[in-house]
Amino acid sequence: MARISLKGLRHSYREQPASESDWAVKRLDLEWAEGSANALLGPSGCGKTTLLNIISGLLRPTEGTVWFDDRDVTALPADERNIAQVFQFPVVYDTMSVYDNLAFPLRNRGMPERDVDRRVREIAALLDLDAMLQQRAAGLTADGKQKISLGRGLVRSDVAVIMFDEPLTVIDPHLKWRLRSKLKELHQRLRTTMIYVTHDQTEALTFADQVVVMNDGMVVQAGTPVELFERPHHTFVGHFIGSPGMNVLPATFEGGVPRFAGLPVEVASPPKAPPAGARLEIGVRPEFVRFGADGIPVRVLRVRDSGRYRIVETQHDATTITLLVGEGEALPSETGHLQFDRAHTQLYADGWIAS
Amino acid sequence: MTAKTPNQKAWWLVLPVVVLVAFNAVIPLMTVVNYSVQETFGDNQFFFEGVKWFQETIESERFHDALKRQLFFTGIILLIEIPLGVAIALAMPRRGPWVSVCLVLMAMPLLIPWNVVGAMWNILALPDIGLLGHTLNAMGINYNFTRQPVAAWATLVAMDVWHWTSLVVLLAYAGLSAIPDAYYQAAKIDGASNWAVFRHIQLPKMKRVLTIAVLLRFMDSFMIYTEPFVLTGGGPGNSTTLLSIDLVKIALGRFDLGPAGAMSLIYFLIVLLLSWIFYTVMTKDEATT
Repeated sequence: MARISLKGLRHSYREQPASESDWAVKRLDLEWAEGSANALLGPSGCGKTTLLNIISGLLRPTEGTVWFDDRDVTALPADERNIAQVFQFPVVYDTMSVYDNLAFPLRNRGMPERDVDRRVREIAALLDLDAMLQQRAAGLTADGKQKISLGRGLVRSDVAVIMFDEPLTVIDPHLKWRLRSKLKELHQRLRTTMIYVTHDQTEALTFADQVVVMNDGMVVQAGTPVELFERPHHTFVGHFIGSPGMNVLPATFEGGVPRFAGLPVEVASPPKAPPAGARLEIGVRPEFVRFGADGIPVRVLRVRDSGRYRIVETQHDATTITLLVGEGEALPSETGHLQFDRAHTQLYADGWIAS
Repeated sequence: MTAKTPNQKAWWLVLPVVVLVAFNAVIPLMTVVNYSVQETFGDNQFFFEGVKWFQETIESERFHDALKRQLFFTGIILLIEIPLGVAIALAMPRRGPWVSVCLVLMAMPLLIPWNVVGAMWNILALPDIGLLGHTLNAMGINYNFTRQPVAAWATLVAMDVWHWTSLVVLLAYAGLSAIPDAYYQAAKIDGASNWAVFRHIQLPKMKRVLTIAVLLRFMDSFMIYTEPFVLTGGGPGNSTTLLSIDLVKIALGRFDLGPAGAMSLIYFLIVLLLSWIFYTVMTKDEATT
């Protein structure tokens, strides 16, 4: 296992990238600690798979370097990097048995058959594949096949990093949680650095200790699930993580305080003065909004019951504000006043957090 | 609850297909069966002969020789065209502007009428004025496909390879294109050699299309007529007289409808039997998964 660092990385699929939009991955520096469980979260086309392929060595970055510990691996091909990758669609060698599939990477590296056998049985036991070692790999279910492709990475001793590229896409819903908890359990046992790419926030937040959120080729925020939830650095993170997403309200800055519709709003870390000419917004999650005696006057638009709490949509002029109200708590019938939890309310300038 | 009333009108819907199959397969085949058991002296007089023609055909040296030549020809072209077609498909670009150029070039020989192919190669190979024949002779190689059996065979095989390898290429290429990139990426990470990629990814994924390619090339080459007829006419001597050429010689040249009918049926059964064997062997694995 290894610490993975990306330094000054940029990538474009074009020969001559001209404009900013030609870059699939815009300049970024990232570091993943040794033995950590990480997620790379972002919508489709945000550059996360590109980034993954750069780490695995399937792509050579246009600019910048990739480091495994203190070794610059930028120029190394995929098979010399000692990594494992599980793809969106299960890759198994159809004509081989499960055993031969797992043995394949070892045999390719010329390992003596006795050691191959020991390693294969060890990994098969770890992945609960030992009962089907002699079966043809083609006959397995999708989750079994994904385990094989994971196993082909694990058999090699001391894998630097295991990468998952949306590995649950083709898995039946009722098997998803099983494979996911298997992955989590594997991480706890092996303590290998893992990077899990997904567009599904639940998968990312439940799997990873550290989540990197990407949008449009950029890293918008890297942090623990709690940090992403409580203090989104960008309105995109606020929207993308959490369900329902963060309220983003148009704001102004007058008399030294942020205001929404003319009313002062207290934020966690108010700036002295926001950047001139920037588009200002106030962000607050539905979890941190509640009804109160005074505050922002709103009309209640719609109430949806989601079990433990109710999702209440309210409106002030043309701006919709969503909040969560616990089951059994009182709801104003038509109009009411909203209060924001100061510690979880942020001011954003041009999308980025201002402080 | 309403009881279902039996209604046989749906049978009429099958009628068009029945008529079609009857006219293009059953009736012609039965006509051949009819001829194959009779003797004719012209004037539309027929006499029943039983299995005499079948017996004669099976025992005839002439049929044995033609069959051997046919098996030899089909064997050679399969051995050349299948590996060559796969190799070309592997060498073709996977993406980019050259893909369509390659595909069009590959499809060209398939679009040329068969007798034109024969005529082209005939002219090309003429020892005195043909580009190929003249060049070979100028290089000091004594080449005359109208006189030398070996030269005739070489020309015949070269012509068929030129004409039909493209079909194998296109089928194999289609099979290759259907392999997702992730397979190649996984193989790279697993440290697989090019040979291992071919053996464990490309070949298994191409298996279905290659089965079709082998079957098509087997059947077509086993029944080939037009091109060798135009190129060599079965000569020199009988050296390139393949089954179909011999059949036409008997049926039309001598108007022996009985023996020709018997030979047709035996020919048909051989094609059917060999196709079945090819298919069974090549799809044997799939039944077990």
